[in-house]
Amino acid sequence: MTVDRIVVDVVGLALIGFIVWFFWLKKTKGVRAPLTSAGYQEQMVLVKGGYTPDVIVVEAGKPVRLNFVRQESASCSEMVLLPDFNKSAKLPEGETVPVEFLPKQPGEYEFACQMGMLRGKLIVE
Amino acid sequence: MVKDPVCGMEIEEGKAYARREHGGQTFYFCSPKCEATFAADPPKYAGERPRGHGQHIPSATTGVREGVAGPRRVEMPVFGLTCDKCVQAVEKALRGVPGVKKATVNLANARAFIDYDPATVGVPALERAIRDAGYRTEGAKARFGIEGITCASCVTTIESALRDTPGVLNASVNVGTEEAVVEYLPSVADFPAIKAAVGSAGYKVVEAPAPASPDAADKEARAREREYRSLMRKWWFGAAVGVFTMIMSYPWLFPVLRDWFPRESPQLWYIWAGMGVAALAVLAYSGNQFFIGACQALKHRSANMHTLIALGTGVAWIYSTIALLFPQIFPASEFTEVYYDVTVVVTALVVLGLAMELRAKGRTSEAIKKLIGLQAKTARIIREEKELDIPVEEVLVGDVVVVRPGEKIPVDGELIEGSSAVDESMVTGESLPVEKKVGDEVIGATINKTGAFKFRATKVGKDTALANIIRMVQDAQGSKVPVQRIVDVVSGYFTPGVAILAILGFMIWYTFGPEPRIAFALIVAVTTLIIACPCALGMATPMSLTTGVGLGALNGILIRGGDALQTAQQLQTIILDKTGTITHGKPVLTDAVVTGGFREEEVLRLAGGVEKSSEHPLAAAIVEGAKARGHSLPDAETFDAIPGHGIEARIEGRTLLLGNLKLMRDRKIPLDGLEAKATALADNGKTPMYVVIDGRPAGIVAVADTLKEDSKEAIRSLKDMGVEVVMITGDNERTAKAIARQVGIERVLAEVLPQDKAFNVQKLQLEGKSVAMVGDGINDAPALAQADVGFAIGTGTDVAIAASDITLIKGSLRGVVLAIHISRATMRNVYQNLFGAFIYNIFGLPIALGVLYPFFGILLSPLLAALAMSFSSVTVITNANRLKRWKPPAI
Repeated sequence: MTVDRIVVDVVGLALIGFIVWFFWLKKTKGVRAPLTSAGYQEQMVLVKGGYTPDVIVVEAGKPVRLNFVRQESASCSEMVLLPDFNKSAKLPEGETVPVEFLPKQPGEYEFACQMGMLRGKLIVE
Repeated sequence: MVKDPVCGMEIEEGKAYARREHGGQTFYFCSPKCEATFAADPPKYAGERPRGHGQHIPSATTGVREGVAGPRRVEMPVFGLTCDKCVQAVEKALRGVPGVKKATVNLANARAFIDYDPATVGVPALERAIRDAGYRTEGAKARFGIEGITCASCVTTIESALRDTPGVLNASVNVGTEEAVVEYLPSVADFPAIKAAVGSAGYKVVEAPAPASPDAADKEARAREREYRSLMRKWWFGAAVGVFTMIMSYPWLFPVLRDWFPRESPQLWYIWAGMGVAALAVLAYSGNQFFIGACQALKHRSANMHTLIALGTGVAWIYSTIALLFPQIFPASEFTEVYYDVTVVVTALVVLGLAMELRAKGRTSEAIKKLIGLQAKTARIIREEKELDIPVEEVLVGDVVVVRPGEKIPVDGELIEGSSAVDESMVTGESLPVEKKVGDEVIGATINKTGAFKFRATKVGKDTALANIIRMVQDAQGSKVPVQRIVDVVSGYFTPGVAILAILGFMIWYTFGPEPRIAFALIVAVTTLIIACPCALGMATPMSLTTGVGLGALNGILIRGGDALQTAQQLQTIILDKTGTITHGKPVLTDAVVTGGFREEEVLRLAGGVEKSSEHPLAAAIVEGAKARGHSLPDAETFDAIPGHGIEARIEGRTLLLGNLKLMRDRKIPLDGLEAKATALADNGKTPMYVVIDGRPAGIVAVADTLKEDSKEAIRSLKDMGVEVVMITGDNERTAKAIARQVGIERVLAEVLPQDKAFNVQKLQLEGKSVAMVGDGINDAPALAQADVGFAIGTGTDVAIAASDITLIKGSLRGVVLAIHISRATMRNVYQNLFGAFIYNIFGLPIALGVLYPFFGILLSPLLAALAMSFSSVTVITNANRLKRWKPPAI
């Protein structure tokens, strides 16, 4: 084995390790949705290449309102789905679209775009 | 010269027909007609209230509160007025309110005209006075959002602005929800007036978001179109540069160019350098969404299709640029080839794929667009005895709406005058027009065919059947088919996994591959990144689900979500509730048997006449039946109900006995051959009743709940599909069996109490079957919820039935068959898509990695990979769209 091969392989393995760590071993603490005077746990979510914040922590048994604002034109993200709550919304570019639901059971629920490329997580405590 | 305030004619004061004082002014009239018109509604003509609709609020339009200018006059509708005495009572009650200057009540148009001092008294107090006097004023309620409420003090400002608006009875604003609830008199104020009042306080009304308006759909279509055009521009730019780069990357393949640009010549280097700049331009313009998307995703530590494309094209460009600028770092000249063509053509092809995808996607949600497009835009209503055309959003519950032939019915309601045939196909899927008479329900968005009629609005805005349907369809389209969850797990690992595969491929080709190793390794890595298509995988099920749910909605079947859709295709047993599901749920007169020389006409006429006095549900059936056969029914002279037995009555001077066998036995009536006939009728599921006239048996009238016309065929279709059909009913075994025999059901669960239905569903489930229950959604709610799939038979406008998974808007069993067909077709489509997407990736990735190279010497070009990837996602969407052309099989 020549030196260049060894270098390429070592760099390659390092990159793979990095990918595994970067994409799969991430731990996001998430953002706790504050309780507003309306009695909702409200959170603005920016939709642009992903959801910001993408992990939202809420309490069970209190209504949740997620306000999505989509600031891109790529058709990928034009819908947001919360399949566990049977909710979905079209997100016209630049408009704030509220999605309301009541999480009853604690657990982790996903929200995602229609193709599942952009994902976010709702942690119900 | 003076002006007649009514007709506007110029007249001489002396020659005027009449003169009237009003509000300190003198008015002159040209004719008795004008005077009478004025007398009916003085403020309208006295200039106190501008003419026309929606402008009678000086406070909002002028910014000056009316109260400042002195006493105010309000006109309130008063309900329950029947006599002059009532008028006086109301007037007295009103005059008793401090601050009221003058109060007159007009009996004819049921209105109170009140002059009052707004400084001392408000409209709510007046309303209370009328109510205390024992009469009603009717207010409408409107709820709407208000923009820009930031503090509690805004609330008072808005509330007082609203309360100062004539006609507003009460207003409350919630700072938390930024919503206002306003109670108002629709005859005095209207929605624009309320809006203007909020505007005068410095805030803006945001209308309650309609579930989906045609505008929103238009906007979406426009946004799509814009996106499509921008993608097409990007594609043409990429394609133009692409052709040039493709040719100039391999000039030695072309006869003339070969001589002009030989390998390693300086002129070729310059051309390539130019290509590098052009490729960078393509990346920056045509491919910008990939890089932006990739960066955004990286920020979230996630990867998607954009990441892969950006990596693939980016790596190719960087490698080429290094090879071009620093050829000396490479050991041999064959390494220094450039791959700008890969960068440009891949970008262009993927962009083209996105554009085609967008086009195809636009068609997927056509069903919802069709539904939204059904909404009427205006309604013709009657207010203050005038017909007005108003936007459909402003129709209030209780408004009387006028519909002419050929017009669209704007909202849901109950017919109060006239009759017509209505085409309800757009909502229920029923192709024949439905006859409507007074008391019948009409559904908004359906089309009136033949007659003109008036109806009272019962559901408006977001409560209408259509709005509910749209909302349900939208929610269902956003739900997930259970198989999707597997896909979700896969796609969570997919993109980073592909990146890892690409690196592995690079390492293996670099370590063990043939020379030029780095070129092969690079091609393999780039091809792998590009061929992987997470899109096809991600879109496989949602696209079909959207189409399938839409397909159901257009056929009068509302599917609540992906779960129901997936379960419905594998149903083994269907339990049908008898009453209201297989049958109409309403008894009708079916048979009249006569004996002993009595005529049928006589028996029916007398029996019908007697039953007119009865409240028994079966009695109504006999009355209706006798009337339908053209008999006019006499009134009974005396009437005695014998509970559990029947009735005894005198009619037209004859005694009549009508009842069951027990009654006949008690009275010792000789029945002769009648008893056998009665048994035969009972065996057919009918309820026979003996008729005895003047002590002699005259005949039998039989009443039965009749089958719906298409129940039999629908049940046969279900059986043909291999589904076991079970009937459940609270009726006795004999009736149940008779009905079951008629429709061809073998298994009957009879004498089941309503509360035990759910338990019976569970029993069947324990046989290891997946069970559906079809019922009416109210009595059968627990059973519907217990079943794997609950079908609710809808009744007109009540479509949002909570317990059901699938609602059949048209109350026919055919809907169940159709729903199963649709779910099977949709799930087949889903599996096709999933299979395609998985197979594509499973074969595509290894080929891109060069698995075939050692055996066949085949290595995929990145350009082909880009083509394949674009094609695969377009295929998935096209296949989903194919589902739209699915036609219900003949049932």
